[in-house]
Amino acid sequence: MFKWFGKVNFSPYTRVADFARHLKEGRLMGSRCRKCGARSFPPRADCSECLSADFELVEVGRKAKLLTYTRIVAAPTGFEALSPYIVAVADLEEGGRILAWLGETVKEKDIRFGMELHVVPRIFTELEEIKVYYTLEKES
Amino acid sequence: MRVGIIGIGHGVFGRRSDATVQELAFEAFRAAIEDAGIERKDIDCSVIGAVPEYHKQRSLAGVVQEYLGLVPKPTWLTEVACASGSAAIRTAWLSIRAGVHDIVAVIGCQKMTEISTPEILALMGRVGEVQWESVFGTTFPGYYAMFAMRHMHEFQTTPEHLAEVAVKNHFYGARNPCALFRKEITRERALASEEVATPLRVFDCCANADGAACLILAREEKALEISKKPVWLAGMGCATASMSVLRRPNLVGLPSAVEAARQAYEMAGVGPGDIKVAEVHDCFTIAELMAYEDLGFCKKGEGGRFIAERRSYIGGSVAVNVDGGLKAKGHPIGATGVSMTCEIARQLRGEVPPDRLVPGADIGLTHNVGGIGQYCFVQVLKRE
Ligand SMILES: [Zn+2]
Repeated sequence: MFKWFGKVNFSPYTRVADFARHLKEGRLMGSRCRKCGARSFPPRADCSECLSADFELVEVGRKAKLLTYTRIVAAPTGFEALSPYIVAVADLEEGGRILAWLGETVKEKDIRFGMELHVVPRIFTELEEIKVYYTLEKES
Repeated sequence: MRVGIIGIGHGVFGRRSDATVQELAFEAFRAAIEDAGIERKDIDCSVIGAVPEYHKQRSLAGVVQEYLGLVPKPTWLTEVACASGSAAIRTAWLSIRAGVHDIVAVIGCQKMTEISTPEILALMGRVGEVQWESVFGTTFPGYYAMFAMRHMHEFQTTPEHLAEVAVKNHFYGARNPCALFRKEITRERALASEEVATPLRVFDCCANADGAACLILAREEKALEISKKPVWLAGMGCATASMSVLRRPNLVGLPSAVEAARQAYEMAGVGPGDIKVAEVHDCFTIAELMAYEDLGFCKKGEGGRFIAERRSYIGGSVAVNVDGGLKAKGHPIGATGVSMTCEIARQLRGEVPPDRLVPGADIGLTHNVGGIGQYCFVQVLKRE
């Protein structure tokens, strides 16, 4: 059910669709290649190291460090009502990177490069539709 | 075998509600064949650089080919976002180097004001990687803003540095009759403009435009036979970087630009210090600062100081975007790469108005970036 993922979803069909189901249940998943063990976040079905298509989703830690961010004022279609919002990129402690909104627990004046953040799964329903995503917060 | 530029044609960039995209292409094409002194029958093939999703007309290459009167010669479209024009040049260069064609017309053309604002806003939401990034409302300025924030953090780059890039490019744009914005601006005005994505403001961003540019390329013997002043495509670099910022080695430069520049310098047998005039992809002011660094005009992190010391003005160490750049000239995405090469070729031929001519320029460079750096083309041009 990858169409659950995101405020606006552009790519409902993917081999890692289970990611969204896990997220709905509160788990953040990356991928692990069953052949060579290479891990990836965001998850990918096909191994970038050994080209194997045999993968599994594995839970990843939620700790991250802020790499960069921006406050988006001019928002695209579907995001107008949220503007302005802060999009951030953070390095996950266990490897991989994540792009997400900075959540309400992080005040703009308190943002520091390298600050510790936690990936928090978010679930909400909109017109009977399920939406799942994650935000980056000060506390888990 | 060298490949030479024998014809240059450049249309007026701007909100061209007076013309269709094929009419814009024609305007540049006619100027280029007149400049080359050839006829349409001399052209073996055309390559069109454009980004299809902005046009109502589908499969544009054939329509342009018909309107230019080049049927039944072959044509095709190249698309790599904002670098589509340079991809067209590279494709034409390859076809000549392969010995398949002798003379090829390269046409970069784009209408971006044909589609409505809601359509533009919808497209704007899909410039990033759509599976993991666009779902958070990322935008094109947003990505460059994140590069800028990191650059400011690591290297003490300031909003004033960014504004100085806009000031320079508007200064030269004011002297270019083909430019969209022909007015100088002050740093204060740039810094007071509306915020788009922190730290980028309206004056840090280039504007969409309509326009076309055309080059006629020829194999060495033909170029020497036809043209008194051919300009040679001496170094042709081309590289990619991951689409996703989540898979980039760093967020303070474009690895594709570093690699494309390395290839172009090596092929041309020159280094960054030999470049007298350059066209770099200033879709945002931060992009020009990163280009100074990625191209080796200065060390990584020194881009801010480079502009503050006016080293990219004429009379500095390398004149950059002295036609106004994307910032003031406007950015018709498919035409931009071809426009850059037109400008450098004109500079090397000494055919630019004196107020923005780089005196004695014999080696020049173009740096054309697609998207947020997933594609980069760098060319080194030399005059005979
Ligand atoms: Zn593997």
